[in-house]
Amino acid sequence: MNAVRKRARWLAPAAVLLALAAVISARAEIPLAERRSGYADLAPDTKAMQDDDTSNPGMLAVLDGEALWKTKAGNAGRACADCHADARVSMKGVAARYPAFEPTLSRPVNLEQRINICRTERQQAQPFASESKDLLALTAFVGMQSRGQPIAPPADERLRPFLDAGREAFSRRLGQFNLSCGQCHDDNWGKRLIGNIIPQAHPNGYPLYRLEWQSIGSLQRRLRNCMIGLRAEPYEYGAPEYVSLELYLMWRARGLPAETPAVRP
Amino acid sequence: MTAALEQASAQSLLRPFQVVGDAIPASLTGVAGDPVRGRAIVVKRENTCLLCHSGPFPEERFQGDLSSDLTGTGARWTQGQLRLRLVDASRVNPATIMPSYYRVEGFNRVGPAWRGKPILSAEQIEDVVAYLATLRD
Ligand code: HEC
Ligand code: HEC
Ligand code: HEC
Repeated sequence: MNAVRKRARWLAPAAVLLALAAVISARAEIPLAERRSGYADLAPDTKAMQDDDTSNPGMLAVLDGEALWKTKAGNAGRACADCHADARVSMKGVAARYPAFEPTLSRPVNLEQRINICRTERQQAQPFASESKDLLALTAFVGMQSRGQPIAPPADERLRPFLDAGREAFSRRLGQFNLSCGQCHDDNWGKRLIGNIIPQAHPNGYPLYRLEWQSIGSLQRRLRNCMIGLRAEPYEYGAPEYVSLELYLMWRARGLPAETPAVRP
Repeated sequence: MTAALEQASAQSLLRPFQVVGDAIPASLTGVAGDPVRGRAIVVKRENTCLLCHSGPFPEERFQGDLSSDLTGTGARWTQGQLRLRLVDASRVNPATIMPSYYRVEGFNRVGPAWRGKPILSAEQIEDVVAYLATLRD
């Protein structure tokens, strides 16, 4: 009897602790010196495919993007190039510092959303749909102008709450499998999940060509894949939750070289 | 208090079970499972065991290394201990990465197709317990 009561008293706070532990898993971030791009985990033939622009399938999207860059569009009848001139100069390093704070929206936007702002406001054209061929092409083209540049998230105090939200989301257990991003990508990177090596989840190659997709896709599409894998409900494309996660992933990858357009299995 | 009640009502969609120490001594279905079906469940990709574990499955080319080899599990644990580890491993180790196979509460953003359903049924849990118990060396 006494033992039962003692046990019950012990169980109440323990249950609260268990519930907390189940929601937020405490983890250590990967030390800067140990961070490595998903490129490091690629098979040699996939590395070779990424390294050679003539065999990298992502380059087709870049070429499409270059053509769109020069195409006049919308009621304004202006091309990106009419205002931004040579992308190799004007867009150098830009992708490496997105998502960035957008004052008119009071929140961060990713590169796709930033391009769509110019599309609607400067070109006065319909915005590109998420994951559409044209949006991926322009994003890949702008992204490639940062290839080799270090990921450099802006030191902007206005981003802090969003960065914190992204970090928190990365540690929150999700879905029927009840795992957080960090339990795989911080705690178990380098190990094998069946046949796949768990990468550190760096965003430095996007948009990229994924062999499983047989196409180029955005970072949000990749995050969606991981969420569905956990039997979780993914967010809508463009949702603020994704942008916060992207912001945290970029901060976590700071200093790694941009690889757009990368190739992944 | 309300949370505890809600939990009890959602969990009550599952068959009731009693945890004693670090085990669920009684079968969830009242009968013993079938080890042959249990093996098939363990190797089936969608049931995810081999995402993390390896084991005596020479026909499976891809096996995980996030956790232990299942060889010899039956010698290390009683059936009751195995049952609790499958039903809800987080009761043994709150920080575990092993999913709770017979639990429907306390999750975030479960996809609509999976909401309110355990990963494995009570019958499947018993089949897997029966199979793991045969892994004695
Ligand atoms: C009418 C001129 C105009 C056109 C056309 C235009 N932009 Fe812009 N764009 C701007 C201006 C001005 C800014 C910076 C000021 C601001 O915040 O709006 C900008 C900002 C950007 C940025 C953010 C740069 C940074 O340093 O953060 C990107 C990326 C961009 N534009 C891409 C594009 C793309 C891609 C197109 C074609 C689809 C395009 N723009 C069309 C005028 C234009
Ligand atoms: C069960 C383990 C697991 C969990 C949990 C998980 N992922 Fe992944 N993730 C993987 C694996 C495995 C891959 C690589 C897949 C492949 O190679 O086919 C991957 C790939 C990625 C990549 C691509 C990295 C690259 O080099 O292109 C990103 C980014 C990523 N995950 C982010 C996330 C985020 C954010 C979450 C949480 C919402 C998450 N993952 C949850 C296992 C996981
Ligand atoms: C996401 C990874 C993951 C998956 C999926 C998984 N496990 Fe586990 N399992 C673990 C870990 C990690 C442990 C070690 C104990 C702990 O951390 O709770 C474990 C422990 C065990 C144990 C106790 C093993 C021992 O001898 O110490 C058994 C038995 C077991 N798992 C069986 C299974 C079965 C059967 C399945 C599929 C229905 C499965 N596991 C799915 C990660 C996993």
